Amino acid sequence: MTDDGTFHHGDATGAAPIVEMKNIEKHFGNIIALAGVSFDVRPGECHCLLGDNGAGKSTFIKTMSGVHKPTKGEILFEGKPMSFSTPRDAMEAGIATVFQDLAMIPLMSVTRNFFMGREPTKGKGLLKRFDIDYANEVTMVEMRKMGINLRGPDQAVGTLSGGERQTVAIARAVHFGAKVLILDEPTSALGVRQTSNVLATIDKVRNQGIGVVFISHNVRHALAVGDRFTVLNRGQTLGTAKRGDISPEELQDLMAGGQEMAALEGSLGGTV
Amino acid sequence: MENSSTPPVDERVKSQPFFAKLMQRPELGAIAGVILVVIFFSITADGSMFSLSGFMNFMSPASQLGILAIGAALLMIGGEFDLSIGSMVAFAGLFFAVCVINWGLPLAVAIPLTFVFAGCVGAINGTIVIRSGLPSFIVTLAFLFILRGLSLVGLKAATGGSTQLRGVRDATETDWLTPFFSGDAFPGLFAWLAENGWVETFKNGTPKVPGIPVEILWFVVITLLATYVLLRTPAGNWVFAAGGDTTAASNSGVPVTRVKISLFMLTACCAALVAIITVIDAGSTDARRGFQKEFEAIIAAVIGGCLLTGGYGSAIGAFFGAIIFGMVVIGLTYTDFDQDWFQVFLGGMLLIAVLFNNAIRKRVTGER
Repeated sequence: MTDDGTFHHGDATGAAPIVEMKNIEKHFGNIIALAGVSFDVRPGECHCLLGDNGAGKSTFIKTMSGVHKPTKGEILFEGKPMSFSTPRDAMEAGIATVFQDLAMIPLMSVTRNFFMGREPTKGKGLLKRFDIDYANEVTMVEMRKMGINLRGPDQAVGTLSGGERQTVAIARAVHFGAKVLILDEPTSALGVRQTSNVLATIDKVRNQGIGVVFISHNVRHALAVGDRFTVLNRGQTLGTAKRGDISPEELQDLMAGGQEMAALEGSLGGTV
Repeated sequence: MENSSTPPVDERVKSQPFFAKLMQRPELGAIAGVILVVIFFSITADGSMFSLSGFMNFMSPASQLGILAIGAALLMIGGEFDLSIGSMVAFAGLFFAVCVINWGLPLAVAIPLTFVFAGCVGAINGTIVIRSGLPSFIVTLAFLFILRGLSLVGLKAATGGSTQLRGVRDATETDWLTPFFSGDAFPGLFAWLAENGWVETFKNGTPKVPGIPVEILWFVVITLLATYVLLRTPAGNWVFAAGGDTTAASNSGVPVTRVKISLFMLTACCAALVAIITVIDAGSTDARRGFQKEFEAIIAAVIGGCLLTGGYGSAIGAFFGAIIFGMVVIGLTYTDFDQDWFQVFLGGMLLIAVLFNNAIRKRVTGER
């Protein structure tokens, strides 16, 4: 966050998209989960994907992160057609996903979680070992960059707050060279203070030139950091708007997919 | 600012006193247990229990159990159980004895063959658990009976009707590998210590303790190796991760299946090592070898701080857990108590350890 308390929004209109998804369809048997979704993300921007429950957000990000293969449609990664067969492929290409469960193990230390599956080593042959000093140092530095002061690198993840865990997961993805960071409802279970910490983290990540895909059903959180907004409803994209081109009310209506929301909101005094 | 030598301290985080940090070590419970047991026996037992020969006396069974307990502990940290290790001791013992006696193989061939054989059985165990997704408890319970039964059937087939296969001593006596798996190590050192009057001797001048029983050396070496692997290698991190949360671990790129199957193989190999040591030592094998050792090994691992749910524990803890065991089994013979108090004591220790571990886990995960 900058001194005046607002985010520097990315102006990435000129840059070429890192990932471009065109008319993605995904069918599960006779269920059409996605019926033509188009979405792209450019370096240094935060592109929000909004949608109500059941809109297809989860299916879509799972397609983007290599968990599902699309039934129809095209995925371009840095301009070239791509087909990820496993999440590992997508990860190696630079698409990192922070799922809601965060892939963190509460009983393990922050360092051990940070480097889980990608441990730095030193020595050769039989003496090849986990370089724990280097790992501890990197963890402390990366976490400090994100504004979190750990008691020590051996602190168990279970003792961190929800927002801090989210930040560890984001810092981990960034450290391992993510070009695109997909965040699945990172603020849905957090308090006010922790939410603003996570939003500030998103801003820091974006300023490093990483494209952020921010999935949310909370319009206010999305508007706080987003550069572009795409609304997903019943498996289809209803269009993409740039920051400033759309009001919170319009976004809310699009997400709810109809006018009855306006009436409902009126009766609640515009608090939703 | 970020490069300043003293990082800014979060005012909401209380600095932890040394004692609280110590409380978070998984092996603490077992070390506290050892101290308690030592105090108990120094009051109640004959003084000779804590002489050098008394020490070797209780360390010897502790080591045989401890080798199994280290395997069980690693597997438990990896999130699985193996109830078949006791039967595996008998089964590997049978295989080893058949290699040596019926096939007349030298130890240099028989021992590696036994490890390969045990590793295969462990891999079958592990593969069934992983592929079926069933709890390892139930799969290995099946193998507890299968292997015990096969040992009986196999012994009868190998001996023509007996459940004991004798003659291992004659077959191994002259083998150059025997001293590594049986008897006492460093006899020269102990003879020298006796000459100088630094250790107790018999009247004729030979030391009362002729050397360190080799199983104790194996036990110590395996504990150190396991601790090194757990704390200082990527594989160790994978064991903790696989046991902590399988999905999270595999999403992060940990080869969970490979880790778990390797752990099953390792546990079976630990059982095979105990089988080799005890079979050479006794000169024979029988179907009751390793009976109920699976429970004792798991109890030692739990006393050592391993959580039944996986993802937490230590090899050092299991080391001390096994020593507590050996001290109690042997220690009771030095006291006036009835030997059968042993089982009461065992159950009590287990209960206390589980309650203690549960409290520790809540502290570590910040649960309230």
